[in-house]
Amino acid sequence: MSLTLVKQRTDQQTASPRRVDGVAKIRGTALYVDDLPCADVLHGATVRTTEAGGTLQEVVFDPAIDWSEFVVVTARDIPGMNAVKLLENDQVVLVDRAFRHAGEAVVLLAHADPEKLRMALNGVSLVELPNTAPIFDIDAALAAQHEIIPGNIYTDYLLDRGDVAEGEHLADVVIEERFLTPSQEQLYIEPQGMLAHLQKDGSILVEGSMQCPYYVLDALVQCMGMDKDHLRVVQSTTGGAFGGKEDYPSVIACHAALLALKAGGRSVKLVYERGEDLRVTPKRHPSRTLIRLGANKAGELQFIDMDFAIDGGAYRTLSPVVLSRGVIHAPGPYKCPHIRVRGRAVATNHPPFGAFRGFGAPQSIFAMEVAMDRLARKLAMDPAELRRINLLRTGDVNPTGDVVGADCFAHAALDVALEHTHYYHRLAEYRAWNAAGHQTRKGIGLATFVHGAGFTGNGELHLASRVSLQALANGHVEILCSNTEMGQGAATTLVQIAADALGLPMDRVHLAQTDTSRVPNSGPTVASRTCMVVGDLIQKAAGQLLQRLRETAALAVSHDAQSFAAACTRLCAAAGDALVTAQYQPPADMRWDEQAFLGRAYASYAWAAYIAEVEVDVLTLATRVLDFTAVQEIGNAVHPVIVQGQIEGGVAQGIGYALYEDVLWNERGVMANDRLTNYIIPTSADLGFIHVVLLEGGLGAGPKGAKGVGELPMDGPAPAIVNAIQQALDIDIRQIPVRPEMLLELTVSGGN
Amino acid sequence: MSEWTRPRHLPEALEILAAAPGPYRVISGGTDLMVESHLAPERRPESWLDISGLQELQGLQITEEGIRIGAATSLEAIRRHAEVVAHWPMLAASAAVTGAPPIQNRATLGGNVCNASPAADNAPALLAYGARLEIAHHRGSRWLPYGDFHQGYRKTALQAGELLSAFWIPYPPKHSRGYFRKVGTRAAQAIAKVSIAALIEEDSDGMIQSARFGMASVAATPCTLPSVSQYLLGRALRDIADAQVRQRVGQDIAPIQDIRSTTEYRLEIASRLVLEAIHRRSESKKED
Repeated sequence: MSLTLVKQRTDQQTASPRRVDGVAKIRGTALYVDDLPCADVLHGATVRTTEAGGTLQEVVFDPAIDWSEFVVVTARDIPGMNAVKLLENDQVVLVDRAFRHAGEAVVLLAHADPEKLRMALNGVSLVELPNTAPIFDIDAALAAQHEIIPGNIYTDYLLDRGDVAEGEHLADVVIEERFLTPSQEQLYIEPQGMLAHLQKDGSILVEGSMQCPYYVLDALVQCMGMDKDHLRVVQSTTGGAFGGKEDYPSVIACHAALLALKAGGRSVKLVYERGEDLRVTPKRHPSRTLIRLGANKAGELQFIDMDFAIDGGAYRTLSPVVLSRGVIHAPGPYKCPHIRVRGRAVATNHPPFGAFRGFGAPQSIFAMEVAMDRLARKLAMDPAELRRINLLRTGDVNPTGDVVGADCFAHAALDVALEHTHYYHRLAEYRAWNAAGHQTRKGIGLATFVHGAGFTGNGELHLASRVSLQALANGHVEILCSNTEMGQGAATTLVQIAADALGLPMDRVHLAQTDTSRVPNSGPTVASRTCMVVGDLIQKAAGQLLQRLRETAALAVSHDAQSFAAACTRLCAAAGDALVTAQYQPPADMRWDEQAFLGRAYASYAWAAYIAEVEVDVLTLATRVLDFTAVQEIGNAVHPVIVQGQIEGGVAQGIGYALYEDVLWNERGVMANDRLTNYIIPTSADLGFIHVVLLEGGLGAGPKGAKGVGELPMDGPAPAIVNAIQQALDIDIRQIPVRPEMLLELTVSGGN
Repeated sequence: MSEWTRPRHLPEALEILAAAPGPYRVISGGTDLMVESHLAPERRPESWLDISGLQELQGLQITEEGIRIGAATSLEAIRRHAEVVAHWPMLAASAAVTGAPPIQNRATLGGNVCNASPAADNAPALLAYGARLEIAHHRGSRWLPYGDFHQGYRKTALQAGELLSAFWIPYPPKHSRGYFRKVGTRAAQAIAKVSIAALIEEDSDGMIQSARFGMASVAATPCTLPSVSQYLLGRALRDIADAQVRQRVGQDIAPIQDIRSTTEYRLEIASRLVLEAIHRRSESKKED
């Protein structure tokens, strides 16, 4: 067993300082956007299209309402470009004529009295000429005569290594399957919202809930037609995001700014009610995967052939990037000479889908991992054994053609997971239980996977992130970066990294408020990159600061907080520049071919093996997760308790994805179950025990070998749970969520 | 803005209702009405009558025949009440799975019934136990079997000026056994997809003397299963044909497809639960 290579954590508590944002959140003094004090504020609201695409003929304002009381904004009021700044300018800020889905913003209203505003919303009628045949399904979009965009395909990628035909020739056993995954709502606790102020100097300040302040700034520049110096974006305390506040805050910020511009100096608050948030903001891409796997009699994979398609919704937004991560992660952590993954992001008349923890990987990994169990069964082989035969080792070539280096812990993760769960013992125990005819059936299922941290391929190179540290005369240090605390613990982790690198206690280091007028662009807070990429920049900047203090302010090589403070005082008094900045440099061996999907896709991969143990009630067919074991090698756990929280939370969302969460659509393609009573996420009573095991090989690209961890736990739960249920009931499952209604269909019609 | 009235005594409340029965909406815990009021502000009433201050509607009293539960008694008080737990365990159980503890602290038994949701969590137990309702009016009270209370989807037998004031629940027969199960969309904070309470009385020879069922989420109102009950009467467990029971369940309920579940699932699971309630004590192992 390769356990000697990795360290297993046992000191979670002692190595984990208190969260820097903890007290304010526990005491309720942290200010979320709806809490920000603001005198004489106007409330904003949005009139939206109701048809699933079409043309807007006319906007009719009820003459019974005195519209002079209201601030009214339409597309004609946009001073800059009527397009939301993202990969492509295909999505309008406000509908002028053509539109592609129900729920697109047409008219913005603001009034001081929320009650009057509510009445006025009903006083605006839109005359819409609907499209004849809206499209809501991936395969229907690919086959449709009616085109939303040419071919209804935003992006078409191909990862093609080796020769699948050759692999087919070598395979003794082949399986073929079709898998579906649904959309999923992020369900952050705080709904989205923005507060915009027109300042006396004509500049605009927008505050609100967001992940990526510089995305919002860029969107404002384009929509408002103003330069960066006249726009300022400040992140307020953000109550959860999970990707849901990556792109859409740009839309709300533009809307709030447009209202504020016309409101003549009064601030405008645009905060969504939960239902509106659920209906219009982006969610996880639904997917459809056709997969074929072939292996020889020994169980060695000979080919992987996948056709992976995701529903991008009505505009391109982030779909190409989601797709690329989905394609790269699709073949999993396996050694296989012949791999073909075709990936397509498809246009439909749903609202655009967007970022959500995992970003395309949970969808394709689901298909791959359930297919692996199918293959194991056809080979009459234990699923763990099939994985052991195929998991990558150092020196192997990975699916994108890169030679795997020393930072490879796929086998270690699997071994620890099997040992931790007493996998083979449980397997026998559950088989005996199921044979005894009890009121429940039990199963144990596995998923092994990797997750790449940071932007894909050359993404980090293009971002060219910068981080600054500002030493103050009193010996305190401020971190200036654009990465946001949104509940995940980044503020604490980043302060901890800086304090550690500077040799200071944590209370001497502070994360500056994320304000684009002050902090440099260190990239968006996405892609499991903050701790690894930005943390590494902080460490580098800390090295520069120490060097400057040593060279120009006589800081001793060995210092304490007091001598550090004295050196800072000297530096500042000498009017020396106490600000240092570090900029991202890619690792020397980072080579990625974006066209061919070949090379090193990520600076670091985290390795994982997840095991689900489930119990299905024979009477009601409800599935309960008994125990969930998450083993992952993440390089270095900077703050073990925060890491554990990230993994437990991700597993909880993964259990929701597997068993409960189902976005239902009405006939216009809008989320129908838009309330917390009918969009079902698991509660603490539904989760079972989650056992987190951290392995730390210390070879990642981040501080002390840390790797990204945020998204990883979303990848494994759904396939592990589905594999466990298949085993418990001896059925084939091709779709999530596995609701009791679906199991009834499968067990009554199929072979129970 | 709405008007809010909170009388201290029942006669005062009844006077108010009798004088102006139309515009008042009666509220106590507000766990359903406040949500509706937030989501559908256009349906907000002009005037609220808050009955949470009426002492007459509070508390539980044990008598020789059974228990009286004031309509505005919280589900939390009911589920923790020792006598309820001992003699009416299905009611204690249903109160304990209504929403979650924060809701049980505010929600009342009367509110659960008067809100008249087909999915009302406490309705099945009240039906199975044969509860009666005390309905107050300023001219006097009347009694109504709970089985006659729900007259259609979200429609109750309450007349203008009337207020549900209490529940009377008799002790279950000596040789009876109960079966309660709520099948929700998740383990807590869930709306029922199917729920059942059954009270089955057998004599010493194993003959069924009475069988009363209450179900929720399988019809436009919470309902009983009259033809199943009729079929079981006077039969021994070993003489019960499951297919006959299933057929009668199909006659007695009318499940629909909605955002939470399917017609097929509700019908099938309802049948399985009814059979489980009947056979639970018998030795024979049933396959699913």
